[in-house]
Amino acid sequence: MWKWLHSYADPERAYKLSSNLLPWFATLAIAFIGIGTIWGLGFAPTDYQQGDSYRIIFIHVPAASMSMAAYMAMATCSFIGLVWQIKSADWAAASIAPIGAVITFIALITGSTWGKPMWGAWWVWDARLTSELVLLFLYLGIISLYASFEDKVLAARASGILALVGVINIPIIKYSVDWWSSLHQPSTIRITEKSTMSTDMLYPLLINIVGFGLMIAAITIVRFRSEILARNGMRPWVRELAKAEGVK
Amino acid sequence: MQFDSISEFLNMGGYAFYVWLAYGVTFFSLGTLVVSSVRQKRKVLVDIAKKIQREERLKETRSTK
Repeated sequence: MWKWLHSYADPERAYKLSSNLLPWFATLAIAFIGIGTIWGLGFAPTDYQQGDSYRIIFIHVPAASMSMAAYMAMATCSFIGLVWQIKSADWAAASIAPIGAVITFIALITGSTWGKPMWGAWWVWDARLTSELVLLFLYLGIISLYASFEDKVLAARASGILALVGVINIPIIKYSVDWWSSLHQPSTIRITEKSTMSTDMLYPLLINIVGFGLMIAAITIVRFRSEILARNGMRPWVRELAKAEGVK
Repeated sequence: MQFDSISEFLNMGGYAFYVWLAYGVTFFSLGTLVVSSVRQKRKVLVDIAKKIQREERLKETRSTK
């Protein structure tokens, strides 16, 4: 039943599928982030306790939640690559890692600029903040491990194992605010019950979360295409493409 | 619109520095990531094209010998 999926492991088909999907993801990502950000910055009501400083939430929460989601996506790709030896999955994992690192960096920086006016400190060694910092280091470790082997099959195996071991950090980040007493507030978006947040604030936030997800998908596709080309430089179809587009 | 004027919007209720710093860093880093990701493809293709040219030159010198 799922056999049709397998044909997309073929690099050329994966490349073509990515090229077809890219404009959709890119357009939707720009639309969602545009609407969510303008709504959040200009039209959402001012918070009665935090004033307008809370408007950082519209990028901080999407970045933070997507930094974990991107990690899970990357680890899933690494797992598929390690277990079934599907090279396209390894390339996808390698494409996600730098994006995840940037998103995690954004989550930390926006958290910091929110923490300073509200807590009075740019940084505290709190469970949530520290585990998110560990996530950044995990991403950086995976990127450098992948870059340090000339043989990319070996590189993907080494960085894939690190990615899988690092999955342990994700529940720690997620539940850190419940397990330990923390300066960081617990989550205000609930999936199973009513969110503890006014809908005027919730909608732009949700739009931006979806937008960040779409944006990560779009950039992953862009990087995935280059990764396919780089790993298949000897294939005739890539050589044709290089002759057509690569000559200055 | 929550704000009465542009200057009030830019002031962000007194939190201008923190809010605009957060948004500035975010969109600057995202922009850098997008630009570097888009340029990557061309670099890969140029590298492959150079390699092909090198191989063809090698082939020529071998055949004329």
